[in-house]
Amino acid sequence: MTDYNFAYLDEDTKRMIRRAILKALAVPGYQVPFASREMPMPYGWGTGGVQVSAAILTPEDVMKVIDQGADDTTNAVSIRRFFEKTAGVATTTRTAEATVIQTRHRIPETPLREGQVLVYQVPIPEPLRFLEPRETETRRMHALEDYGLMHVKLYEDIARHGRIATSYAYPVKVEGRYVMDPSPIPKFDNPRLKSEAIQLFGAGREQRIYALPPHCRVESLDFEDHPFEASKADHPCALCGATGSYLDEVITDDAGGRMFVCSDTDFCATRRGEAA
Amino acid sequence: MYVAVKGGEAAIDAAHGWLAEERRGDARVPELTVAQIREQMTLAVDRVMAEGSLWDPDLAALAIKQARGDLIEAVFLLRAYRTTLPRFGASVPVDTGAMLCDRRVSATFKDLPGGQVLGPTFDYTHRLLDFALMAEGEVPPARERTAEPGPVPHVVAVLDREGLIQREAEGEGPVPDLTREPLELPADRALRLQALARGDEGFLLGLAYSTQRGYGRTHAFVGELRTGTVTVEVEVPELGFAIALGEVVLTECETVNQFAGSRTEPPQFTRGYGLTLGRTERKALAMSLVDRALRWRELGEDFVGAPAQDEEFVLSHCDNVQATGFLEHIKLPHYVDFQSELELVRRLRREAAEGATREAAE
Amino acid sequence: MTPLLEVRGLTKSYGRSLGCAEVSFDLWPGEVMGIVGESGSGKSTLLNCLAGLLEPDAGEVIFDTRADGPRDVLRMGEPERRWLARTDWAFVRQNPRDGLRMGVSAGANVGERLMAVGARHYGDIRARATDWLRRVEIDPARIDDRPRTFSGGMQQRLQIARNLVTGPRLVFMDEPTGGLDVSVQARLLDLLRGLVRDMGLSAVVVTHDLAVVRLLAHRIMVMKDGRVVEEGLTDQVLDDPRHPYTQLLVSSVLQV
Repeated sequence: MTDYNFAYLDEDTKRMIRRAILKALAVPGYQVPFASREMPMPYGWGTGGVQVSAAILTPEDVMKVIDQGADDTTNAVSIRRFFEKTAGVATTTRTAEATVIQTRHRIPETPLREGQVLVYQVPIPEPLRFLEPRETETRRMHALEDYGLMHVKLYEDIARHGRIATSYAYPVKVEGRYVMDPSPIPKFDNPRLKSEAIQLFGAGREQRIYALPPHCRVESLDFEDHPFEASKADHPCALCGATGSYLDEVITDDAGGRMFVCSDTDFCATRRGEAA
Repeated sequence: MYVAVKGGEAAIDAAHGWLAEERRGDARVPELTVAQIREQMTLAVDRVMAEGSLWDPDLAALAIKQARGDLIEAVFLLRAYRTTLPRFGASVPVDTGAMLCDRRVSATFKDLPGGQVLGPTFDYTHRLLDFALMAEGEVPPARERTAEPGPVPHVVAVLDREGLIQREAEGEGPVPDLTREPLELPADRALRLQALARGDEGFLLGLAYSTQRGYGRTHAFVGELRTGTVTVEVEVPELGFAIALGEVVLTECETVNQFAGSRTEPPQFTRGYGLTLGRTERKALAMSLVDRALRWRELGEDFVGAPAQDEEFVLSHCDNVQATGFLEHIKLPHYVDFQSELELVRRLRREAAEGATREAAE
Repeated sequence: MTPLLEVRGLTKSYGRSLGCAEVSFDLWPGEVMGIVGESGSGKSTLLNCLAGLLEPDAGEVIFDTRADGPRDVLRMGEPERRWLARTDWAFVRQNPRDGLRMGVSAGANVGERLMAVGARHYGDIRARATDWLRRVEIDPARIDDRPRTFSGGMQQRLQIARNLVTGPRLVFMDEPTGGLDVSVQARLLDLLRGLVRDMGLSAVVVTHDLAVVRLLAHRIMVMKDGRVVEEGLTDQVLDDPRHPYTQLLVSSVLQV
């Protein structure tokens, strides 16, 4: 594909996105508006993440793309191919070997280290959106740290269900200041938001970029007497036997048969390789 | 046997192959050329250019062909191409007063300088299927008449001369560019108009219609609707004057709406404005009604809670490329989120059951 | 003693039409000020300016803050003003639907202000909400019900609980009994009077109903066409009105 620039976007656009990324890193958890471009994939399919990745990729990078933790889901394949084609970068499925990892809905099980960048695809960046639909109002609420409403939601959960009934996209407070949506990762992944790696969040349709710099303080919202809990299905992985990884439930027949397997395919395959 | 997570690559390749074959259709029927689409599906081409925000009839026709006639998909293809183009600058504002009109009608005055010109319109056709078109055959050439020389002034200029219509303030500073800057709310009118000009025709049609049915009623008259060719010029600083780059076809609609007056201002008509690329008359009309409805604050009207009055609602939802992408993304896998919901519901049910058992025991 | 609120020369107009003009008064701790007048007299404009919900054209609203003493509210930044609104102030609206979150439970409505100022213990929040429901005579068993299942009088009492839970020092009330039928009004006024006395609250009450100020207010101001035409001790003004407009108001109401 010679008609397009390296990693598809033109250099001016990349520079604009990089400025937004730098600002986002400087104000952790704050949603920086940016002029999202049309991408050759539809809005809602990862355009924010793709733009962020395109803006930070260099020819030496090794890229990994996952969706639901897996490298082989259709959308991950499609995005990986896009960068193979437009940037010609090396790709991998190994978490440890990647320098840039684009993800939808998961944080890899293998702890990330300094020098790696995790890029999240974000559908709705605004953690207050479903409590207050108006952007003008939510921006004011962030500016004034007016977050009472957020706890009202958690209070209602406990009053109704006896526990906090938010299981993914579980809101966090960053560095004691901004309330942030970690994208629809399961709350199991929340503790790993505190990381050595740079974490960038791109929302294309909503035109927002936000970030967590390395070692940034990230607290999941909760009550003292109903503390945050990172939960998962109470099974070991049927393939690799891991007990501490997030699991997908797979229906194996129409008689109620099912098995639980690691959602992170690389993690699972690596463990099986080591065991063999 | 567990196979669900493998096979994504092969499946995508197979699906794309099938899509290409379906697009082509029955191979015994000659393939459509881009030129045929450009020349014979002109209103579709115009809609794709208007909502794609790019004047290029050839590429729009190509997009329609590639999208199998799905116009929103075609708009998307064109936008995704447009966004990669470098941007050298902005043109001088086009002068729609100097438009070479091939259609120009006013609903407010029976006759006026420049005359009423129906042009190539469906307006007064009887909507009967023309079976002659199923047979191949050439149509006889339309009658020709030489255009009357002389300018075609805007209708609102006539009202303006008497002070009957509200004056629009000159915009300040450069016009913002939605394709280069994020949408920030509240938006000024220039930005609003830009968003509406790119907005989905069907969405704007529905909103405009809702204002007519009482949801933010503005009593619109079509002051003027005109379609024709204008010259696009760009200033070259080194030359010190503007040079013509080419021509585009535009549709412009100005509505004359219910008058407003206050203790300080005598009554005056107000206006709504629509300007769109190509022959996109329904869109331009709808745009002008929605623009007018959005101006309630500036004109001192009440917010009655109508969707068409709600800037944030309208601007956040009028873009069909954004809307269709997000709508369709729910087809993507959501295993992880669903899994966590599944766990939670099971747990809550278990706890509820244990609670019930405990109560029964007590 | 420092007044809790000092208002000086407060003026607000809408284009050419006047909202309120040159309003000045002091409100002392524990005092209830009634503002009366017919609709359009500017009393609601005044109240909204005092509470920082409307920006006046001129004037000062000086509030005796806990931390820094007297400060002009109008010159504070928005974050500081919002903090005051969540802690030291309360605003009871005529229509409880404007002052409540209709989509969340009664308990959450009362708890929201606590959570907004940092309360993070679910059990404590719930206990305080329960206590407040009891204080405003709502059955604590209704704590998880949404306000839309409540009667108008209950909704209004819930709004009062939601406002008073953080122990504010100054309460703004906009026609707090408007829209309720007479027997419900009497009960609500009784409740308000008890709370104001027990908590030592200061309040500014806007109403067109002289019976309300007679019961609640120590002093009143009578407004007409955006200006204060008479002010004084409630009994004095109502029993011996000086201004012809006050005389008209009093005669048209108290004869009933």
